[in-house]
Amino acid sequence: MPELPLWPEAASKVATDVDHLYIYISLVSVVMTVLIFATIFIFAVKYRRRSESEVPQPIHGSLRLEITWSIIPFLVMLTFFWWGAKIYFYNAVPPPNSMDVYVVGKQWMWKLQYPGGQREINELHVPIGQPVKLTLASEDVIHSFFIPALRIKHDVVPGHYDTMWFTADKPGRYHLFCAEYCGTEHSGMVGWVTVMSPADYQNWLAGGGSSGSMAQQGERLFEQLGCSGCHLLDRQGRGPMLRGMYGSHVQLAGGGTALVDDAYIRESILNPNAKITAGYKPNVMPSFQGQLSEEQILQLVVYVKSLGNANAPGAPAAASTAAAPAQGGKQ
Amino acid sequence: MADTHVVEAEHAHSPHLRHHFDDMHQQFDSATFGMWVFLLTEIMFFGGMFGAYTVYRSMYPDAFAATSNFMNPAYGAMNTAVLIVSSLTMALAVRAAHLGQQKILQIMLILTMIFGLGFLVIKGFEYHEHWVDMKVPLFAGHWAWDGPNAPPQFAHQAQILFCFYFFMTGFHALHMVVGLGIMTTIFVMARKGTFGPEYYTPVEVSGLYWHFVDIVWIFLFPLLYLIGHTRNLI
Amino acid sequence: MSTALQEPEVKETPNYLNAEYGWKSWLFTKDHKRIAVLYLISISIMFALGGVFAMLIRLEMLTPAGDLFNSDTYNKIFTMHGVVMVFFFLIPSIPATLGNFILPMAIGAKDLAFPRINLLSWYIYVVGALFALAAIVMGGVDTGWTFYTPFSTTYSNTFVITAAVGVFISGFSSITTGLNFIVTVHKMRAPGMTWGRLPLFVWANYATSLIQVLGTPVVAITLALVGLERGFHIGIFDPAIGGDPILFQHMFWFYSHPAVYIMILPGMGVISELVTCFSRKGVFGYSFIAGSSLGIAIIGFLVWGHHMFVTGMSMYAGLYFSLLTMLVAVPSAIKVFNWTATMFRGSISYETPMLYAFGFIGLFTIGGLTGLFLGTLGLDVHLTDTYFVVAHFHYVMVGGMVVAYLGGLHFWWPKITGKMYPEGWGKFSALLVFAGFNLTFFPQFITGYLGQPRRYHAYAPEFQVLNVMSTAGASVLGLGFVIPLVYLLWSLKYGKPAGNNPWGAKGLEWETTSPPPTFNFEETPVVTEEVYAYAKHGEVEVG
Repeated sequence: MPELPLWPEAASKVATDVDHLYIYISLVSVVMTVLIFATIFIFAVKYRRRSESEVPQPIHGSLRLEITWSIIPFLVMLTFFWWGAKIYFYNAVPPPNSMDVYVVGKQWMWKLQYPGGQREINELHVPIGQPVKLTLASEDVIHSFFIPALRIKHDVVPGHYDTMWFTADKPGRYHLFCAEYCGTEHSGMVGWVTVMSPADYQNWLAGGGSSGSMAQQGERLFEQLGCSGCHLLDRQGRGPMLRGMYGSHVQLAGGGTALVDDAYIRESILNPNAKITAGYKPNVMPSFQGQLSEEQILQLVVYVKSLGNANAPGAPAAASTAAAPAQGGKQ
Repeated sequence: MADTHVVEAEHAHSPHLRHHFDDMHQQFDSATFGMWVFLLTEIMFFGGMFGAYTVYRSMYPDAFAATSNFMNPAYGAMNTAVLIVSSLTMALAVRAAHLGQQKILQIMLILTMIFGLGFLVIKGFEYHEHWVDMKVPLFAGHWAWDGPNAPPQFAHQAQILFCFYFFMTGFHALHMVVGLGIMTTIFVMARKGTFGPEYYTPVEVSGLYWHFVDIVWIFLFPLLYLIGHTRNLI
Repeated sequence: MSTALQEPEVKETPNYLNAEYGWKSWLFTKDHKRIAVLYLISISIMFALGGVFAMLIRLEMLTPAGDLFNSDTYNKIFTMHGVVMVFFFLIPSIPATLGNFILPMAIGAKDLAFPRINLLSWYIYVVGALFALAAIVMGGVDTGWTFYTPFSTTYSNTFVITAAVGVFISGFSSITTGLNFIVTVHKMRAPGMTWGRLPLFVWANYATSLIQVLGTPVVAITLALVGLERGFHIGIFDPAIGGDPILFQHMFWFYSHPAVYIMILPGMGVISELVTCFSRKGVFGYSFIAGSSLGIAIIGFLVWGHHMFVTGMSMYAGLYFSLLTMLVAVPSAIKVFNWTATMFRGSISYETPMLYAFGFIGLFTIGGLTGLFLGTLGLDVHLTDTYFVVAHFHYVMVGGMVVAYLGGLHFWWPKITGKMYPEGWGKFSALLVFAGFNLTFFPQFITGYLGQPRRYHAYAPEFQVLNVMSTAGASVLGLGFVIPLVYLLWSLKYGKPAGNNPWGAKGLEWETTSPPPTFNFEETPVVTEEVYAYAKHGEVEVG
């Protein structure tokens, strides 16, 4: 007997909620469809033409009917809208205690990095009951990260980070698909999401990344690429000190402020002149466009995060942007 | 033609009446209405480009202000004046056609075409200047973003803007060329004495097209040349 | 076969078909009816081509592995299926064939406002189609019919520009047809043909024309930008230099969503004609059906973002687009209810066109309802980019538009050709289409919810059974399309000659001969009765 699944597994509360919404809309649709089909069938039979000369009287219309059968369906549709919006908004904001996983999509594979340094290709391992926040980046074209069992997907658009989050609550192995056509092996860009009990997950983590945690890899890059020459660890230098900067708002030269988040760090690496911190000059930091893969940029992001979060308790005083005079920095 | 069982009008009708119309009035009405609908599609066409331009402009306002340093508003202003005058001569041509003033009609059409051509010539000089200044991102080797007026942090966005500049003015210029073709046809018809008070539809309809192309430029000029400009004229 | 009825005279009256002979009289014609026939031939060829691609897709999908074609070839096949079917079949379909033929007659006019532009629109269509065919023959395009950037601008190695040029050019065919219809309806109605007496088929084509005229130029400029970016290697949509790939999607869907209403409104117009004729009764809620066509046209321009809920758009934009999407469903629902109410206490007969009308109402209801699933935010996150979407749009485009097209073709066939098609075969094919269609596409709702992504060459093995069902259905559906092709062509020579009004229908086109004379009416009609005035004179004239 060949396999004939008719319903996907649900591995999270959100998935179950989506299923309930789907069933609700389906029921309303079935009722609507049956009503219309039955009415037409009954009319077609009851009012079938019995003689060539019969001429029915026209019924021009009924404003009351028109209004009724416009308003009532619309109100019903508003319930779909409202429930759907609720789920959408819930999915939009990851909880503060989310565990980060970093995903890079490229033609035609998914590369995942964990803060602890573990790396996977086309596989994602998560524990149950723990909110997981995925930061998604694309190396090339638009992809889409789709986990049917969790009923979520998000496009991965090149040029910026996308995020999505979920909390899985049922151990198992579930499909991962790329859901935005991306070229030749689009249908090969698939994998598995493994949801594990917390104990199993710890065991899996202990396998560890052989290269060290993402922050450590980021630190190595930071040294290798010469970032540490200007971005000193303990004081302002030719470039702003990065310790404690993550999560703060920096003053920009030319006015305005910017929030130092993942996207800000990525932009600073690829297009440093786009936002210059107040007190510093443009054209000092070189761009690393084309020299770093999205994975490496994510490692650097995680490293900068590890230098302290401006919002975290016990963080050093927010990095002062009253700069030491830019040394050397010729315009 | 075998099938000509059309009921002839009781009285003679203009030789210009097409037989699917009842009378010249319906024909004229339909033609002008049709041209307005066509111009509506042109608004949507240019509108799409203006829309995309506006999106990028609102994303990168400073970059766009910087690029207008490389536009020469003198050329732009000259072109604006030329086009406005050409619209005047076109309107006078249409009026001459209404009144059956054949000579004035032909002169006005010629003037309109001269001004239209003048617009394209000035545009040519302007494009040439951009070519020499290395501000043509469409061709490798003719794009460079450097110098005192070119803040480097805007290099990428400037490239996008210049693309839009060439596309928007380029499509506009293409419409001007088509307009010149239309004017030539109308001129040839006018020379044959085709137009007069009872039939001037093609002139009217061409006039609408010409005015529209003019109006597109009226929007292009401030958007691309004037906003954010800091360099002295000429 | 026919003994009781007196055969109409065999001697041919002068009509638009025998007015002139020779290829020049066809290729240089200004007659809207001949142009309609030219379009009929062209789009039938493109439909057949698109259908071949469809069969290839379904054949590949019999097995989970990608074993019939290699991935690049498969990607080209589904792309070309979409491009051909959307731009070269569905968009022109009813307006360019039935609209061109019937609309002037239905309002009592001798032709469209601009006959030469009408002919030009056919030539433009042909040139556009030739570009698309060139792209296919040279090796194909693999971007999907949606041409998303940066894949289409930077990464695809196929003939993107050629295909984009073909679509760009064909857009002008669409624009000129729309322009022609708008001016015609405004300026050339016969005396007494007020706006309130326009047949609903005319209203539907008028609303469609508004969309064609306003929306198509935007996709033209969008594709032009893609072509320019690709040709000149610049980066408007290139994220590496600050370009925004999502801007492409906004511009693309700004047209392509209204485009789907281009691809359904004329069908709805046909159904209004069929339901009234074969219920022999005036339509229920005329002003609401007419108004709903305009409502769909207008609101249809405001919902494009529902194709982009997972792109990272602002959540508030998502709210807006979802709400408007619910709103745009209302006018469609109004139509379905009004058609049903028209049948109430009617006198219903089951000729082939009416069977297609029944099929339309059923299949469009399902297709339209499933659109609501997709317009619901939290649910769309799961469903978008899966086979659920594929099933939804095939229900409305094939189960809706193509079914309506076939219904209209059969309905007006006697008027266009002067011949009747064989009724038994007509009914049989209609049932085949209905059955085959459902078997093809209903399983795709299920695989979509299961998570089978669209545009997948190979798929997860557990989806196979449903995919095999779908392919089986496609074979039946294909047969359902081929059989009418055969008997309609057969009827040209061997069909029973048709009288002026074989259905006893109301409408000015039925008051002239079948086929009509070149200038449609011996004398310009003067309209004195309301539209669909079936009851007015008691006896109905069938001839």
